Amino acid sequence: MSETTAPATESGVQFGIFSVSDITEDPTTRHTPSESERIRDIVRVARHAEEVGLDVFALGEHHNPPFFSSSPTTTLAYIGAQTERIILSTATTLITTNDPVKIAEDFGMLQHLTGGRVDLVMGRGNTGPVYPWFGKDIREGLPLTIENYALLRKLWSEDVVDWEGQYRTPLHGFTATPRPLDGVAPFVWHGSIRSPEIAEQAAYYGDGFFANNIFWPKEHYMRLIGLYRQRYAHYGHGTPEQAIVGLGGQAFMRANSQDAVNEFRPYFDNAPVYGHGPSMEDFTEMTPLTVGSPQQVIDRYAAMRDHYGDYQRQLFLVDHAGLPVKTVLEQLDLLGGEVVPALRREFATNRPADVPAGPTHAARVTAVYGDGPAREFRPGAVGGNNLTIGSPYQDAPASVGADATAGE
Amino acid sequence: MTTASSARRVAVISAGLSNPSSTRMLADRLTAATGARLAELGIEVSADVIELRDLAHDITNNLLTGFAPPALESALNSVYSADGIIAVTPIFSTSYSGLFKSFIDVLDPDALTGKPVLIGANAGTARHSLAIDYAIRPLFAYLHAAPVSTGVFAASSDWGATADGVAPLGARVERGAREFAEAIARLPRAVESDPFDPDSYLGEGRSFGHLLGGLSGE
Repeated sequence: MSETTAPATESGVQFGIFSVSDITEDPTTRHTPSESERIRDIVRVARHAEEVGLDVFALGEHHNPPFFSSSPTTTLAYIGAQTERIILSTATTLITTNDPVKIAEDFGMLQHLTGGRVDLVMGRGNTGPVYPWFGKDIREGLPLTIENYALLRKLWSEDVVDWEGQYRTPLHGFTATPRPLDGVAPFVWHGSIRSPEIAEQAAYYGDGFFANNIFWPKEHYMRLIGLYRQRYAHYGHGTPEQAIVGLGGQAFMRANSQDAVNEFRPYFDNAPVYGHGPSMEDFTEMTPLTVGSPQQVIDRYAAMRDHYGDYQRQLFLVDHAGLPVKTVLEQLDLLGGEVVPALRREFATNRPADVPAGPTHAARVTAVYGDGPAREFRPGAVGGNNLTIGSPYQDAPASVGADATAGE
Repeated sequence: MTTASSARRVAVISAGLSNPSSTRMLADRLTAATGARLAELGIEVSADVIELRDLAHDITNNLLTGFAPPALESALNSVYSADGIIAVTPIFSTSYSGLFKSFIDVLDPDALTGKPVLIGANAGTARHSLAIDYAIRPLFAYLHAAPVSTGVFAASSDWGATADGVAPLGARVERGAREFAEAIARLPRAVESDPFDPDSYLGEGRSFGHLLGGLSGE
């Protein structure tokens, strides 16, 4: 169905969808899907995203009803087995309450199973009780983020880790397995809706910055992204224009603009987060939500680069607020059939050659090894004894590139 | 930005619901008296009046969506950057009005720290006058603001022939305004800090390395 899809590199921008995994009553039919039904549906949606030529499918993480996605790598691995090309990502992975060791292991695993089609967005989460449920204190959200992420990088970049910190049991002679595919860790985006410290963190490491973008006026995100770009250059990773930016977005389309407005309004009016608040008209004016024809969506999103600069990834929220799966699949047809091809052309126009394309595993492997072979990890005979024999692997431990750009 | 280096700016929060509103009348009296006292101290002052009634929908929407629509955003910024706050609310059911509290709830909770506040309140009868001290003052104490000791309460009768002849409204307004003006004059002009300036969130001259616990960076 999609053999002729243009590769993402043509415009440098990767397009996709992200889901928060809410299970919400359809306000027009009063039908609430079961968890089982919604989980089966999300797999269909992800498969169809690839079929219509999208580049990325990203899934949120929640630990309470009405959400299903407590275990994103399980779902993403299952989707990975049924797709061939689409990049599997998160929106977001909770860096505060997850054990960094499990993140390193789970996403390392997912890389191997999917041939490297994995990256992830780090977030702090917005559900207060998740912190105490996992034994953490929400007042320490920021220091948890900073320490846990520093450890996660170390686990991916060093074969044998000795580490002591404030928030986790110390590690001595620990190896996170499996090692990252080809010795190259998944690309990491840092997501934030308000904290400048997170933009700073992304810039410090030369990682990507993902602005969810769907709730606040663009002026807010312009400041946050502007700060990230400026600090990316400050830490010596390139020019501000070369920083790696991803954006969220939201659209509902029908061929006839008024049909889209009429059909989406009950979902908008009852949606979690903004339902029963601002009118749909006010909200579409203040945020990137666009309800109308595919051409209106094209026009609105083609202008994003005017606000934020040339960027690398655009994800759309299309499956929330109780929309039936049939409707979601139709939205994907419009997105893949009309909107994304037009946006690829728009974004390719006058894009400076030195602005990087959206990150892929293949490009990151090439950046580390050139044309040479990538590192392979073959455990030595005395597995597990990291303390006295140096490396648990047969080859000489080499820098794997993931950490090559950190720091000043 | 004002031109004179000594100039100050106050934000006036008025939570009255009707128009004309006796809450706004009290707010205007307090603002005018503050201006006069500051003028005596050689300080020029301008006032941004925030009528919460005009922002009622925006305030509710902010509570629901987590972000302020443009008109509310601009009102919030005028509070954040003010040298002092005049806060006037009607007393409903023995306390500040719900709209007044909702506006306070969408403010950045750290934004009022150390700011002089002149509290005003109005109600139908003087029987509600202590609400200033048992309901409104603790709210500003929680926010680490610095309300002056005199709060000014106006009952309906204060505006007419049956007013308090011993301690008339005018004298109470003068006393509150004098304390407020002196509190403003004692402090240096409020400096707006940019939350997106690395010096603000990292500390002056510091780097991400400091957030990492000084393990790397300078």
